[in-house]
Amino acid sequence: MNRRRVTKRLLPLLAGFALLLSACGREDLSTLNPQGPVAETQFDLMKLSIGIMALVVVVVFAICIYVLIRFRRRPGDTSIPKQVEGNHKLEIIWTVIPLALLLVLGVPTIQHVFGLAKDYSKDKEALQVKVTAHQYWWEFEYKDLGITTAQELIVPTGKKIMFEMTGADVKHSFWIPSIGGKMDTNPGTTNKMYLEFPKEGVFRGKCAELCGPSHAYMDFKAKAVSADSFERWVSAMKAPAKMPEDVEIAKAFEAKCLLCHAIGQENQGSAPNLTGIGDRQTIGGILYNSDVVADPQPGDKPAAQNLHDWIKDPQQYKPDNKMPNAAENGLTEEELTAIAKYLADYKLDYQSSGK
Amino acid sequence: MSAHGHADGHLPHDPEKATLEGRNKILGFWLFLGAETVLFGTLFSAYLALRHNVLDGPHPAELFQLPMVFAATMILLTSSLTSVFAVQALHHHKVKAMINWLIVTIVLGLGFLGLEIYEFYHYVQEGHGFTTSAFSSSFYTLVGFHGAHVAFGVLWIGLLIGQIFKKGLTVVTAPKIYVSAIYWHFIDVVWVFIFTVVYLMGKVG
Amino acid sequence: MAAHAHTVKRYKGLMDWLTTVDHKKIGILYLIAGFFFFLIGGLEAILIRIQLARPMQNVVGEETFNQLLTMHGTTMIFLAAMPMLFALMNAVIPLQIGARDVAFPFLNSLGFWTFFFGGVLLNLSWFAGAVPDAGWTAYATLSGPTYNPGHGIDYYVIGLQIAGIGTLLGGINFMATIINMRAPGLSFMRLPMFTWAIFITSALIVFAFPVLTVGLVALMFDRLFQANFFEPGTGGNSVLWEHIFWVFGHPEVYILILPAFGVISDVVSTFSRKRLFGYSSMVFATVLIAFLGFMVWAHHMFTTGLGPVANGLFSIATMLIAVPTGVKIFNWLFTLWGGSIRFTTASMFAIGFIPTFVMGGVTGVMLASAPADFQYHDSYFVVAHFHYVIVGGLIFGIFAGLHYWWPKMFGRMLNEGLGKLTFWTFFIGFHLTFFVQHFLGLLGMPRRVATYLPYQGFDTMNLISTIGAFLMGIGTIVFLINVFTTWAKPRNATGDAWEDGRTLEWSIPSPPPEYNFKQTPLVRGYDAWWKEKMEGKTEMIPAEPVGSIHMPSPSILPLIMSIGLFIAGFGFMYNQLIVAGIGLAITFGCMLLRSVFDDHGFHIEPEDQDKGVHV
Repeated sequence: MNRRRVTKRLLPLLAGFALLLSACGREDLSTLNPQGPVAETQFDLMKLSIGIMALVVVVVFAICIYVLIRFRRRPGDTSIPKQVEGNHKLEIIWTVIPLALLLVLGVPTIQHVFGLAKDYSKDKEALQVKVTAHQYWWEFEYKDLGITTAQELIVPTGKKIMFEMTGADVKHSFWIPSIGGKMDTNPGTTNKMYLEFPKEGVFRGKCAELCGPSHAYMDFKAKAVSADSFERWVSAMKAPAKMPEDVEIAKAFEAKCLLCHAIGQENQGSAPNLTGIGDRQTIGGILYNSDVVADPQPGDKPAAQNLHDWIKDPQQYKPDNKMPNAAENGLTEEELTAIAKYLADYKLDYQSSGK
Repeated sequence: MSAHGHADGHLPHDPEKATLEGRNKILGFWLFLGAETVLFGTLFSAYLALRHNVLDGPHPAELFQLPMVFAATMILLTSSLTSVFAVQALHHHKVKAMINWLIVTIVLGLGFLGLEIYEFYHYVQEGHGFTTSAFSSSFYTLVGFHGAHVAFGVLWIGLLIGQIFKKGLTVVTAPKIYVSAIYWHFIDVVWVFIFTVVYLMGKVG
Repeated sequence: MAAHAHTVKRYKGLMDWLTTVDHKKIGILYLIAGFFFFLIGGLEAILIRIQLARPMQNVVGEETFNQLLTMHGTTMIFLAAMPMLFALMNAVIPLQIGARDVAFPFLNSLGFWTFFFGGVLLNLSWFAGAVPDAGWTAYATLSGPTYNPGHGIDYYVIGLQIAGIGTLLGGINFMATIINMRAPGLSFMRLPMFTWAIFITSALIVFAFPVLTVGLVALMFDRLFQANFFEPGTGGNSVLWEHIFWVFGHPEVYILILPAFGVISDVVSTFSRKRLFGYSSMVFATVLIAFLGFMVWAHHMFTTGLGPVANGLFSIATMLIAVPTGVKIFNWLFTLWGGSIRFTTASMFAIGFIPTFVMGGVTGVMLASAPADFQYHDSYFVVAHFHYVIVGGLIFGIFAGLHYWWPKMFGRMLNEGLGKLTFWTFFIGFHLTFFVQHFLGLLGMPRRVATYLPYQGFDTMNLISTIGAFLMGIGTIVFLINVFTTWAKPRNATGDAWEDGRTLEWSIPSPPPEYNFKQTPLVRGYDAWWKEKMEGKTEMIPAEPVGSIHMPSPSILPLIMSIGLFIAGFGFMYNQLIVAGIGLAITFGCMLLRSVFDDHGFHIEPEDQDKGVHV
């Protein structure tokens, strides 16, 4: 067989395969649709390894199919095939070729192992974010800015974001597939990882380590905004907290919610910080706010409704989480509705485009 | 070949290896000790990973009292020697001498255990309990596993002495004595590592 | 003491099975128990797939789902796959090496019963309402006393501890058997490939299982006696558990797959009527895989944060395993090359294994690349990968081995028509279930999720996966039907049931007599039986004259010892130290009895040797 012709035939096949892969999946979720340099590096490595491995699979399949057709026993055949002990030349070939293929994969692997492990925690240009994973929510603390938020990570485009991560209770894993691979948040130790967000947009984040019954619901969002918007967001976050206007509701909110939660940056509670929650894409990470998200889906509800449902019975949406339901917490239906509305309207209005 | 082919006849020079059963037993036991090595290796690793996490409990340097541990080490090393003498007596078919050396061995083993119990009691008094810290948990687990091995060895050799009295030295009992001697050396070697890694390194810091 | 004329009580019926020390019967016990747990694990898998068939379903709740995934993994690996391998080991190894039994028949029985009672204890958690739910990896601190205060994980810890004793005993036993009990002339480089694989596997068991033992002890101490091994609050280190678990866990993967490699080697060689291609390189590759298997554990922990140096080293070490594995794949292909391939159920499973395992292998190399693994790790890509290796590799291997050795074990040929139906439903179902899961992972679906939101592009592939799972279930049921229908028929298997048998087990009747070999055979080369056949002989050359055969006596003690451990396990779990003490006393008491009362065994005299032998 003409070897060049075989390669010529295989190349478009591989290219087509790669094309197929790159067209796969949601832009804000898929590892095959990378939206940042870290995920792109990883995707390049994935394509390289898939290419090499597809080659191996094709060769093995081809030999296998050929052998099965060519050497099947005909009925009544009692002949004894030649008992071959082995063949040193062949055996050397299938030892050396895989080694060479591994070298092709091994070199970039080592290069990127170190490249992606770069530490920007001393870099003044990079934004430092401390991630603390809780059962079943994410806390983001901007150490240099004195801001803490939850569930929605706001980052400026064009900057390196250096994450320092830990787990508050059990082990979780921080993963924004379309931006970069994951890193575990271990209780008792801290890990570091950097990511970059070149494009504005909202990206889906997931918990990738089994952490209890609501592991599947431990989603978060990473929202990349322009540098200007980010600055406006920072100052809005630092502004004094906005309490409910109605005094009774404010009282109830303070007594029944702020024991654990916090608004503003004066003090931080043991539950998610709620400052500007009306801007967030979701309530509880999984209830999409139809009046906030860019692409509402059938079944999504407005933020006020989602908040109402969530506060009423959080266990229904995330079993085993620490938030009591409204009845246990002594919230009346009126208070509940008013608080939900207040929170849904608690917006920071920092994006110039006002999306 | 049966296990008792030589039972009441002439005893061969290496009675422990005279039958296939005996040879299997010795080989199997060596393999078991391979597994035991990994077991203690893992316990050592866990201890080394956790030994600095003393929390409020006493630090190893102030806790350990080397003279007493050294005495325990000497006792256990001597018992290994006496168990060698017992196996030599076995090879020379001197049943009485063998029993005597075995008795010396278990007496020394009991002495070691006594010291260890005293030591643990003393540590608990000092505020170094099993639940005090990760250091204390891993310390007691490692040293305690070894202590349990010594205790098991003492009981086992004691039982074998009884069997020798009753059945005499045969191709069935000889492999048992031989295997228990290997076991005894093994726990001795483990102790040497404990003495070095736990006590000496603990003193150094 | 009288040398002969021991009267040994020989049992019949149920008591025979409870007291047996015959490796062939123990093999059957392992098979029955292992297959039973395989059905339980399969049922759990089906429930998992039903729950995941559509987005945001609530067929089983989130808590039950975590219990199901934990028990599915634990059951399949420790209670189904390993026992079924032990079934094949027990049924075949002594026959392949021309031995009358294993080195330690008593321990063999003890190993089975400890495994069985460990497995029963673990599964009783369903009835106790406290089921392990931290994954089969039981990562601290999710498995620790603070975040998992119920008894669920206690069942995991103690059940596996008891079952693990059995596995370790098995490993020691088979190593000693293969070293000491080979027939005259059967040197190491003449061993059948399956025997080699089991020898290496046993070594892996001996050196890997004690690590798990220590890990489980430490977790048990944390949970039951307030120790601080893995509790960060009191100085413990949760990552330590991951290291301990995977230092055991990775060799465990090879403990599972190497025997399958052995089965495939024997089956492929038999059904292509050809000597195994590159035998010595196969042996060397197996040894190398086992050796490397101990130094790659941290590739399960690339995202744990060990740093670039560790990640780089473990990446390269892991990739290296591909080389000896590749050698094996090509050696199988070239065994088939030039052969005369007969398609039976056994050979179809073996041939189906080759491309399937290659797919699992190449995704393994992809996972070895640490930076890319940051994306694959703990996603459905990993789920797809290890099911390709464990189901597509190991379970295909077990099915191949069962269909191949079934006549030897039971004296009956399985029905080939039903067998081929089993193969096709299982094979197609398998690929349907797991191929799409690669893409689910790449599209961003994490593993071990109880459900998933709609509109993420996960829905169709999850449904396909569920349909595939049902097809695999049908394949398993067809296999059971095959077993029961052929069971009702008379024994029909000849000694050399496939006519092309190459190794010693095919030189004796099916099923073999209690003593296996009337006369120990003399082995004159690799593929000993084939060699004799090619020289026109119809039986092996004996290495000894016909004589009285010594057999070990049956004993009920292994069963009682295991029950003792079972009772002690419950005692520890529910903090009833008296019960625990009684349980341990039973076990140690039996050990004492075993030590004090020598087993003299019994003899089968030449005139009794042909009784009940099916020719």
